[in-house]
Amino acid sequence: MDYVVLLKQVPDLAEDLEIDSAGTGLDREWMSFVASEWDEYALEEALHLRDATGGTVTCLALGVQAGDVDELLATCLARGADRVVRVGSFEQSPDSHSAAGAFAAALDGIPHDLILTGVQAIDDLDGQVGPLLATRRDLPHVSVVTHIAVAADGKTATAHQEYAGGVVGEFELDLPAVLGVQTSREAPRYAPVSRVRQLMKTATIEKADGGGGGSGSGLTIEAMAVPESGATAEMITGNPVAIADRIAAILAERGIGAGAPR
Amino acid sequence: MSADVMVLVEHRDGAILDTTFELLGKAKSLAAESKGEAVAVLLGSGVAGLAGSLGAAARVIVIDDPAFEAFSPSAYQAALVPVVRDREPTLVLVANSGAGMDVAAGLSAALELPLAAYATEVTMDGGSPRVTCQLYAGKIQATVRFERGRGIATVVAGSFPAEAGAGAGSPMVEAVAATASDGRVRFKRLHRPEAGDVDITRESVLVSVGRGIGDQDNLELIEALAKALGGAVSSSRPIADAGWLPRTRQVGKSGLKVKPKVYLALGISGAPEHLEGMRGAELIIAVNSDARAPIFSVAHYGAVADLLDVVPALTARLGG
Amino acid sequence: MGRDLPVIKVDTVTELEHAVVEGVDISGHWNRMFSDRSTTDFPTEAMDWVTGLAGGESMRDCYQCGKCVPVCPVQHVGDYGPRKLNAKILRGNNLIDDPDLWLCTTCGNCYRVCPKEVNPLKIMPAIREQAVLEGKVPDELSDAFRNLQKSGNPMGESPRKRIDWIAEAGVDVPIISQLDRAVDVLWYVSDYTSYHPRGKDAARAMARVMTALGVDFAILGPEERSDGDSARLAGESGLFELLAEQNIKAFEKYEFKRLVVMDPHAYNAFKNHYPRLGWQGEVLHYTQFLAPLVDRLTFRSSVDLDVTYHDPCYLGRNNGEYDAPRKLLQAIPGIRLAEMPHTKANGYCCGGGGGGMWLDGFVAEHVSERLSERRVREAVATVGMDGSGVLSVACPYEPSRFEDAVKSTGNDGKLAVRDIIELIDQAMQPPAT
Ligand SMILES: Cc1cc2nc3c(=O)[nH]c(=O)nc-3n(C[C@H](O)[C@H](O)[C@H](O)COP(=O)(O)OP(=O)(O)OC[C@H]3O[C@@H](n4cnc5c(N)ncnc54)[C@H](O)[C@@H]3O)c2cc1C
Ligand code: SF4
Ligand code: SF4
Repeated sequence: MDYVVLLKQVPDLAEDLEIDSAGTGLDREWMSFVASEWDEYALEEALHLRDATGGTVTCLALGVQAGDVDELLATCLARGADRVVRVGSFEQSPDSHSAAGAFAAALDGIPHDLILTGVQAIDDLDGQVGPLLATRRDLPHVSVVTHIAVAADGKTATAHQEYAGGVVGEFELDLPAVLGVQTSREAPRYAPVSRVRQLMKTATIEKADGGGGGSGSGLTIEAMAVPESGATAEMITGNPVAIADRIAAILAERGIGAGAPR
Repeated sequence: MSADVMVLVEHRDGAILDTTFELLGKAKSLAAESKGEAVAVLLGSGVAGLAGSLGAAARVIVIDDPAFEAFSPSAYQAALVPVVRDREPTLVLVANSGAGMDVAAGLSAALELPLAAYATEVTMDGGSPRVTCQLYAGKIQATVRFERGRGIATVVAGSFPAEAGAGAGSPMVEAVAATASDGRVRFKRLHRPEAGDVDITRESVLVSVGRGIGDQDNLELIEALAKALGGAVSSSRPIADAGWLPRTRQVGKSGLKVKPKVYLALGISGAPEHLEGMRGAELIIAVNSDARAPIFSVAHYGAVADLLDVVPALTARLGG
Repeated sequence: MGRDLPVIKVDTVTELEHAVVEGVDISGHWNRMFSDRSTTDFPTEAMDWVTGLAGGESMRDCYQCGKCVPVCPVQHVGDYGPRKLNAKILRGNNLIDDPDLWLCTTCGNCYRVCPKEVNPLKIMPAIREQAVLEGKVPDELSDAFRNLQKSGNPMGESPRKRIDWIAEAGVDVPIISQLDRAVDVLWYVSDYTSYHPRGKDAARAMARVMTALGVDFAILGPEERSDGDSARLAGESGLFELLAEQNIKAFEKYEFKRLVVMDPHAYNAFKNHYPRLGWQGEVLHYTQFLAPLVDRLTFRSSVDLDVTYHDPCYLGRNNGEYDAPRKLLQAIPGIRLAEMPHTKANGYCCGGGGGGMWLDGFVAEHVSERLSERRVREAVATVGMDGSGVLSVACPYEPSRFEDAVKSTGNDGKLAVRDIIELIDQAMQPPAT
């Protein structure tokens, strides 16, 4: 079984994000990057699956100059990936359509039975990479996946898709296929720093061409802004009943509770 | 190209989901501006009867086929591609649900139609949509246009009121034949959560209690409120320490990290170790008897009050 | 680390290889250690493995005397005990999958009394490192590791926000990169002092006190990284080295005479472990820096409180500094200093050391009570609970731990927790009206 995991880095939200002078992008001066949380779940799942079925895990990460992609890939190896590939070369994180295009091109040269990636990322303004990639490569896919199992014959996989309220849909997919992973069976394993640093020096990081890119997202960003949010809570005053009424109304606005509009 | 606004209908167990009504209400007002129609697309098996509850739409396209007995990303996508391609709506609205994400991004790639994700607001400007999207876990808002004036938006639940789209009516119903899908994704069954085991990281409403609850017996009040809200009870550490709730309900640094839609913090002071576990919640409402409790610095709404007064009143108000 | 601590030594006994007593050859019989012990029935792999690790060697020397039993704080609250570790390992358990591996706070109290110099401060990090390499790290702890790696502090906060506390200090706090000149004191503020709300109170107090004394000081600001000592003791030596490299790079960029630190763990790291990584210099805990200057402190109000002092393990027992904090406390007008039964070399660990700070939930599953809670009870017993009692501390881990414990032991409002620097700062302000 050849498992492929698609990863990218996203801005670390521990840093307050600021808007650039043009008002349509993020100010990069203080930005630091971390692996997208859901991509880490995808890797963790892939490692478990490989350990169960045998085979290999190959990690593909977008070659973005702003972050530290080689460290991300060394971390993948430290966690147990068999092979890592840096895909394409981008000055800044590309949009999801371009990312899917680059991954799709790179997959030409990489064996893949099951492709796992994060169900979403905090910056995918133009949609999620998983279904975009699946459609480009004409592969079946399911996203928001919370459980994966591969059949003994290696021809199909079972995936659970999560809906609101804990309801789960079970699907069977013909392989090869793409899954957008929502969570992994265990928390992503810890990669000891000494091992990552060792691998940074010794490991082979392959490179793959990201193709000619795509047509881009087809979106024009008119403006970006940090939403207004009061530093402190909006205080509700009055007697307990008045407070309860107001809270019920706030919840109802969000469609929660019996007071919700029908 | 038409000026229509199309909505993908989601339904489960024979009922239209609320998120669809939210989208329909919006589609109706947008279509009025763009001088087109609000068009609902309903896929399913034996669902024609549901069309009547989509009164906010001017037209309902029904694709009724045993193949759509249950949701399947590839089957939905295969059926939707020709519909969207042929009718060329200005805007397709899809809920940002698991199913919605699958279909919207698939459509975008198949039809080379741009997609704006995590939308919280859509307006029409000169006949073409402008979409406000929430990025970076809500820390940034981006306003985008579609380069060629048409596109798809996946909309975050709760962005628009559902009432505007929930009216019954008699929209024009148009039956369309299904396009066969290759069946490489097959729906098997639906699993429903077992009663009893609560995973607070997956709950969308958490009623969380802290030491302010005073006495274990008062937990009943909290359970009743959680029930009325369709949520679960979680807690700060002292409550788990006391054994009043299992450790699996503890939120925070040494407990679980949660990101529910609503987090009610009742009698929780808001120690940094607690905040670490819940500050990502979409809406935080705090009730605390101490006006200076740090929880109010992360809460969106706060009330200085005795939780033992507010909780029963709220439960009663919710009809619990 | 040096061992000029009080040590209870057994008498040296010389064994004769051959001994004939009254015509009977008793060679090898008179010392019953020569006969088979029950434990030799067990495989020796685990012991060989542990003692084969760099740092694990002394584990073999334990001879089960039990001297450590009454002094280990964790043994007081659970099944764990330093002596039991040896017994477990002898029986083939290498601790990798045993919760005991994470319970020791590396407080060093057992080592103080151990006749065989069995040293958990070396053994624990050595075995834990192997567990870390195998990926067997409790989730809470790996979260802290990840944060340290990503942002240089265990909370995962932005390095830029390391200086946020300055705004409310009321005095100028220079950042060394902006000074462009040498300073006398490079003040290493440390993690909890920079980011934790209660830690920040101590940082502000320290800034005011140093300013009042006219100290020529500056801080690293956003360039400062965690000292890494607790990560090292928790088994993440690679992370420790990464953080140390980052700090050393910053130290080497600037010219300063001495390093003054708020956190005893940082003190321990800089003094005892950074030298082997290439940085050497004068390091002082803030109490050591201020104690000689005590006559120059101008106190303007009296602090009418009953105060007891908690010796941090990594300032007191493990680095031998007991006097400086007490000298400062005694200088503050109005303070009545009382000692707790566990004090100085026998000080009682708060539970936060050796990674304990990031294992709170894990540890709670295996102990009957938190160490911080026991310590708070001891403090209450010493200074009373009429509201004028203070548990004073000199480590930034403590305010959060002890204030939490004050509440959980039902002593809210009865005992205050204050860093010594906060008490000094208070006494230097004009009396509250
Ligand atoms: C290393 C470490 C890890 C920790 N991990 C966690 C963790 O994972 N999760 C966690 O929660 N904590 C954790 N803590 C503990 C944390 O520091 C706090 O002690 C704890 O969160 C406090 O819980 P609380 O808010 O319920 O209690 P308190 O701080 O005692 O607050 C109770 C609040 O209730 C209010 N109140 C009292 N009566 C009423 C009433 N009738 N109506 C309304 N309000 C009332 C009070 O004003 C007060 O604000 C950790 C601490 C440490 C040191
Ligand atoms: S004091 Fe030392 S030799 Fe004695 S039981 Fe404890 S660890 Fe073993
Ligand atoms: S170092 Fe402290 S906690 Fe660890 S075994 Fe020794 S006495 Fe116990």
